Amino acid sequence: MSGVRVLVGTHKGAFILTSSNRNGSWDVSGPHFAGWEIYHIKGSPLNPDRLYASQSSDWFGQVIHRSDDGGVTWAPVGNQFTYDGNPGTHQFYDGTQHPWEFKRVWYLEPSLTEPETVYAGVEDAALFRSSDGGESWQELPGLRSVKGHLWQPGAGGMCLHTILQDPADPERLYIAISAAGAFRSDDRGQTWRAINNGLHSDYELPDAAAEVGHCVHNIAMHPSRPDVLFMQKHWDVLRSDNAGESWREVSGNLPSDFGFPIAVHAHEPETIYVVPIKSDSEHFPPDGKLRVYRSRTGGGEWEALTKGLPQRDCYVNVLRSAMAVDTLDPCGVYFGTTGGQVYASANSGDSWTKIVQDLPKVLSVEVQALP
Amino acid sequence: MIRLILPTHLWRLANTDREIEIEVADPATIEATLDALEARYPMLRGTIRDHVTKERRAYVRFFACGEDWSHEPQDMLLPEAVVKGEQPVRIVGAMAGG
Repeated sequence: MSGVRVLVGTHKGAFILTSSNRNGSWDVSGPHFAGWEIYHIKGSPLNPDRLYASQSSDWFGQVIHRSDDGGVTWAPVGNQFTYDGNPGTHQFYDGTQHPWEFKRVWYLEPSLTEPETVYAGVEDAALFRSSDGGESWQELPGLRSVKGHLWQPGAGGMCLHTILQDPADPERLYIAISAAGAFRSDDRGQTWRAINNGLHSDYELPDAAAEVGHCVHNIAMHPSRPDVLFMQKHWDVLRSDNAGESWREVSGNLPSDFGFPIAVHAHEPETIYVVPIKSDSEHFPPDGKLRVYRSRTGGGEWEALTKGLPQRDCYVNVLRSAMAVDTLDPCGVYFGTTGGQVYASANSGDSWTKIVQDLPKVLSVEVQALP
Repeated sequence: MIRLILPTHLWRLANTDREIEIEVADPATIEATLDALEARYPMLRGTIRDHVTKERRAYVRFFACGEDWSHEPQDMLLPEAVVKGEQPVRIVGAMAGG
């Protein structure tokens, strides 16, 4: 089919929303994997019908499913995520050391170049890679050697939640961890270094400019300019123009610079989106108004996008993996809320339509433009 | 044959029925039963017990003949009524929340 396919992970199952024109009716398929927490579903850029889904449960652990027909049918693949060697300990909430324990897969990133390769970001934070379509997983342990003993969990756990691949350099990967920070590898994940210069966490860390420990919520890039990165941190929106070597704050006139997701327009590398949340202890929009903020200047100057979004009595949140853009023209922007709504804009955010409203809490949103 | 009753998430994951029968070699223990279950339904590996240590997951319990077998040694012989197929082993998701 042509059109768009929106992959929605929720607290109680997965849903697949499809539309031929983005402005008409949406077909809702699901719940898939009913009752499981679906932290992420993502399609391969090389084959849009190849999808991976992460299911987890406090009772029954981690399961991974793969589909080769766009989510019509699914088959379980490998679910053994065993750390390489003794993973040791990391910092716990109170600063004491705590053993590294696998809990779940937060993020799945199919390779840009290798059809059977997919990366998985997990809690407790580590990066795994599969070269056989998810049948088996191997850790890339070099990441944990970057002062892993000083990493600590954020409120959601010590999760590796963001994986970015450099389209211009298949050796380069970026990842982000709450609460450790951002990291870069220039050798396909074998060795890593922290890229947190310029981050300041005045309220969270004894050394506000520490090399690691920052609660990075999300990172985004435009594929045409992979050295330019945008970050939503616990507090602060930042950008880097040198592949993460240094960051500068671009929160500008946002009503709050706390938030979770950040996204880049598909065709305008300086147009970015965030959803400000009131504070770290009040995870809802300021003034009860759900507003996406758009900057057309790569940060600094922001405009509120409100048309079609609730502007009173709204107290939902938008989680870090719950916003995505499509590659159509004009660019479509999508996000899901903790209240179970999924909103879509077919005009770069100028106006929004609620395409489904009563799902379980939305954990992740990805979108595919189908040929 | 050992009769097993699986929790909803797991019989759906294995694409089977809620109650199944598993051929278990003597001696019939919880460990042997789980070994046989995972051999027949590999997608259940890691969902009941750890892949490597074989330790029962914290929120999973085993019941048989009205008794809680969750904390019994995994190599302890199952009751005669279970071995004869008169009673099932129930794999249960612990009550937690809700």
